[in-house]
Amino acid sequence: MTQALSRSDKQPSGQLFHNNEFMNDLRLQMLKFAILQVRNEALAEDAVQDAMLSAYQNIDRFNRQAALKTWVFAILKNKLIDILRKEKRYTNASILEEGASLNDEALIDHLFTENGHWQKDERPQKWDEPVHSVESKHFWRIFDTCLEALPAKYSRLFMMREFLELDTNEICDNEEVTVSNLNTTLFRARLRLRECLEDNWFQGENNT
Amino acid sequence: MMKCTQATQLLSEKLDRPLSNKEKMNLGIHTAMCPACRQFGKQMLSLRDISQRYVKQSDREEKDGNA
Ligand SMILES: [Zn+2]
Repeated sequence: MTQALSRSDKQPSGQLFHNNEFMNDLRLQMLKFAILQVRNEALAEDAVQDAMLSAYQNIDRFNRQAALKTWVFAILKNKLIDILRKEKRYTNASILEEGASLNDEALIDHLFTENGHWQKDERPQKWDEPVHSVESKHFWRIFDTCLEALPAKYSRLFMMREFLELDTNEICDNEEVTVSNLNTTLFRARLRLRECLEDNWFQGENNT
Repeated sequence: MMKCTQATQLLSEKLDRPLSNKEKMNLGIHTAMCPACRQFGKQMLSLRDISQRYVKQSDREEKDGNA
């Protein structure tokens, strides 16, 4: 994986590729993102490796970690879209997204009363953090499932923001969405994620 | 007074953009009186924290862990 990148016969001018911690974190972030998008580990690995390789070949362009990250991520995103198109899953994802706003309305109706206040049963509860490692494994599985349950567009934007920690302007430019559209989508993604976590983890935890 | 639906949206947007003074004030008044939205605000921060840990945990648990 990263061996191919660090085996440098020509010394790259940038120091970024020699920052192992940064590169390793970046690779993991990309991999998480890719796996959740294409749902296939081998395809995801390939896409990440390709994107890292192109970044390596263009290393002269970057002097900041943020610049490299944005760039390498834009490449990865295009690769993932190609994969999804090839697998003809892209169209399915778009169909799912059309239905998404309806489900949001339903969720909002479910959570809030007509006059816009929390339903008594749905009021957010205090979350206890998972502490033990066994518990954690189980927690992360639930978190995975909750992420996968999000509409494709929601999880993509959420992951760009929270996993890749891109700032909102970068996401809007890359994804060609307006700021208010992004804000709303992130809100809905978080609303669903917290609902899913509360129903499947935090609440169950209190019951046991 | 602001509704919980509006307050929750602002509590999410707070993570993505700076709120205006007016928004801050209205949200502050709302959360002072609404424990559910206060809790929601904490959960939004937890979600961010969980996401950041999620990204890092895979190299310790499922992956071979070679850097
Ligand atoms: Zn409220």
